[in-house]
Amino acid sequence: MKRFALLLASAAALIAAPVAAQPIAITGGKVVIGDGSAPIEGGTVVINNDRVVAAGANVPIPFDAQRIDATGKWVTPGIFAGFSRVGLVEVGAVSQTNDMNASGSPFSAALDVQYAINPFASPVAVNRAAGVTRAVVSPSTSRSIFGGYGAVVDLGQDENPITRARAFQFVELGETGHSRAGGSRAASHIHFRALLNEARTYARSAGQFDSDLLKASDAKALLPVINGSTKLLVHVESANDILKVLDLRKDFPALKLVLVGANEGWRVANHIAAARVPVLASALSDLPYGFEDLSATQSNIGRMKDAGVKVAFGMINDRDAHQLRYSVQYAGNLVALNKVPRATGLTWNEAFAAISSVPAEIMDMGGQLGSLKAGRQADVVIWTGDPLELSTQVEKVIIDGVDQSLSNRQMRLRDRYSNPAPGALPKAYDR
Amino acid sequence: MKFRALLALLASGSLMAGCAATAADTKSASAAVPAKSSQSSRTAFPSTYKAYPSVPTAVTGVTIFDGEGGRIDNGMVFMASGKIISVGGSDTAIPADATIVDGSGKYITPGIIDVHSHLGDYPTPSVSAHSDGNEATSPVTAEVWAEHSVWPQDPGFSRAMANGGITALQILPGSANLFGGRSVTLKNVPARTVQAMKFPGAPYGMKMACGENPKRVYGGRNRMPSTRMGSLALNRQTWIDAQEYRSKRNGAKPPKRDLGKETLAGVLDGEILVHNHCYRADELNQIIDMSKEFGYKVTAFHHAVEAYKIADILAKEEICSAVWADWWGFKMEAYDAIPENAALLQNAGACVIIHSDDENQIQRLNQEAAKALADGRAMGIEISDAQAIRWITFNPAKAMGIDAMTGSLKSGKMADLVLWNGNPLSVYSRPEKVWIDGALLFDSGDPSRRPVSDFELGQPGEGDVK
Repeated sequence: MKRFALLLASAAALIAAPVAAQPIAITGGKVVIGDGSAPIEGGTVVINNDRVVAAGANVPIPFDAQRIDATGKWVTPGIFAGFSRVGLVEVGAVSQTNDMNASGSPFSAALDVQYAINPFASPVAVNRAAGVTRAVVSPSTSRSIFGGYGAVVDLGQDENPITRARAFQFVELGETGHSRAGGSRAASHIHFRALLNEARTYARSAGQFDSDLLKASDAKALLPVINGSTKLLVHVESANDILKVLDLRKDFPALKLVLVGANEGWRVANHIAAARVPVLASALSDLPYGFEDLSATQSNIGRMKDAGVKVAFGMINDRDAHQLRYSVQYAGNLVALNKVPRATGLTWNEAFAAISSVPAEIMDMGGQLGSLKAGRQADVVIWTGDPLELSTQVEKVIIDGVDQSLSNRQMRLRDRYSNPAPGALPKAYDR
Repeated sequence: MKFRALLALLASGSLMAGCAATAADTKSASAAVPAKSSQSSRTAFPSTYKAYPSVPTAVTGVTIFDGEGGRIDNGMVFMASGKIISVGGSDTAIPADATIVDGSGKYITPGIIDVHSHLGDYPTPSVSAHSDGNEATSPVTAEVWAEHSVWPQDPGFSRAMANGGITALQILPGSANLFGGRSVTLKNVPARTVQAMKFPGAPYGMKMACGENPKRVYGGRNRMPSTRMGSLALNRQTWIDAQEYRSKRNGAKPPKRDLGKETLAGVLDGEILVHNHCYRADELNQIIDMSKEFGYKVTAFHHAVEAYKIADILAKEEICSAVWADWWGFKMEAYDAIPENAALLQNAGACVIIHSDDENQIQRLNQEAAKALADGRAMGIEISDAQAIRWITFNPAKAMGIDAMTGSLKSGKMADLVLWNGNPLSVYSRPEKVWIDGALLFDSGDPSRRPVSDFELGQPGEGDVK
């Protein structure tokens, strides 16, 4: 129980500490850079202010560095959840705390999650304590195929969660798109094309824009999608829907597509690779949840990767607001596939990259985030062992160079009820 | 992947709307069986399961978790005629005719058992035509039987075997209703009919639910219950009526058969086991008092995310808690879930089961147990690996009333076993072979020993490793 005292101490530090004034050197640990390279035994990670200075073997340690001994531990970049809804939900079924979509709003593509993401939501703290430091946060959809603008966030304890606002637009073009558009894929595709064409009309004369289909704010939001300055994350699962999305570039050549889901991606992996469209995929989908998922298999990611597709993990409609911490377990499971005859998994190094550097690269932020290469934001996690293994615990989380509190409601409840029977006073006095 | 079970619950009011026209033909069922309820429940829709052929097999040099908390390194398990014959160390005798499986570097456990599944009654594909888990037309439907909703071709059964080593499972009605109906316990063997999956000799269970779901479903229709106090009132009145039925049934002029009350009387007789969906600690305690008022026993609280707050009470009452490792936050009554729930219950001496309620996590209950174990150890609670395996083998078997037949590696029990290609508590391990009653029904190295449901036959991905 000795960890309890440490937790209480860290709970007292809930106010964010100022950015470190002196460099920090984490020494002696097994260092994972996160770029797909092999872990380095006895490596060093040096950070200064909010950036990584260097990581690897034989890294010089600044004379004034604060040293953290990580001997016997693993040191990695923070986990980057490639697709999530963290910060948009406190309690899923309590609608006042759920900002994933807006079924009563007249707006669609213009909806912007940056105003809804709550850095103080308890799922942010819970997943931070599990080593998740960055996430792609997407809206979901309600009345339109378009969900709105998504963001890239950090899970730090400070009040500024947004790493990149308006990082992408989100659209549904599979079974969900079918229903959002009125009951057919023919409708979702004409809807998509018509809305983008309306947005072009808006661009030509904003002052006289008068559309039966599109509000001016939504038209404005779609313009950067058309010209490729904002990514378009498209949720589709089936092989055929994937092909139809790739075809969209015949009409809109500048679209910067990212596929989300793609449970049947392995069947058309060569097409996805040739189109150079990256994928944020579900790691362990392996059932025909719908007819769009008929050939879903845990080997999907491995097969797409082998075909040359850039692929990272996302939590697609899969406890996407609360359980980003499953990312490491999922990565471990794809490593496990290497021992299963006829299955295609990922190597350990590939699997870790799929939850660190690859999602960052897919968001065009690989130069800033997702690895321990020099110059990256200093998101560092120290683990008691192999971060993909179920028995491993998180010991320390650093985000943007700032040592983070690992305390959260779950830990406080655990400590209050470590002995469930009340003592001299009711449990309400036990803090 | 989709959070399908929860979505079904949250939307259960609307999802169920299409099911009203499917009332069962109860007359034909009642004509076939005698009037005494406890007898009829045993004879109606009987199990036709028969063990598939097996060969005498010895797994040698293997690490054994026996399901009851025991561990043997470099051990040997021998099975023949569908039964476990011997379990022991490397010096255990092996008959000359046994097929030898080299288990060195590998682990063997009893077949994994899930006490809470909706495979078959909420199958994949999750289309509305398949939504058969909640008879959400009345809050009291003790008369329905989950087995009448189970679609044996659900591809989830074979996934649970191949990836999760599941050999037995309890299929429950959903939690829209206070009294959801009877459960059914199945052998996880592919079959044309549900009767051919029914676990021979397994007692029935009855699903009950407290908390948010019933009051949301019926309160939303301006029906009772719309509150927790309404739920308790309706529960108690139902038990009062069941008591009256039961005493009349044993009297000179037995009443007309009533399917719902037969099930309730079966609970009061101690023949049907109560599986009660309930989250909050205060509500768990209310249910315990209600069970005492009417003289029945709750076998297991399911979900029980706040069980840790009253672990001492649950230990004293000898009620199992069937829990997830770490689900939380999806609704208000799941807000105080903590990952140490299982370990704190274990620490208090209470019965712990890890369950899935999910077609995905049923494929890795071993991993869920491993996470719960790790979180307990991290707070200083000492639990052995072998004990964590008990959470997904012997303890669920006990709660399903089948522990005399399966759930642990003891001689004479059904040869329901999983050979893992590494420690099942590691993320890097998967089932290599699964035997059910001694029959080898899954072999990861043999594509012909991988079941493919009718639904997946002729579809893209047929027979894939999945």
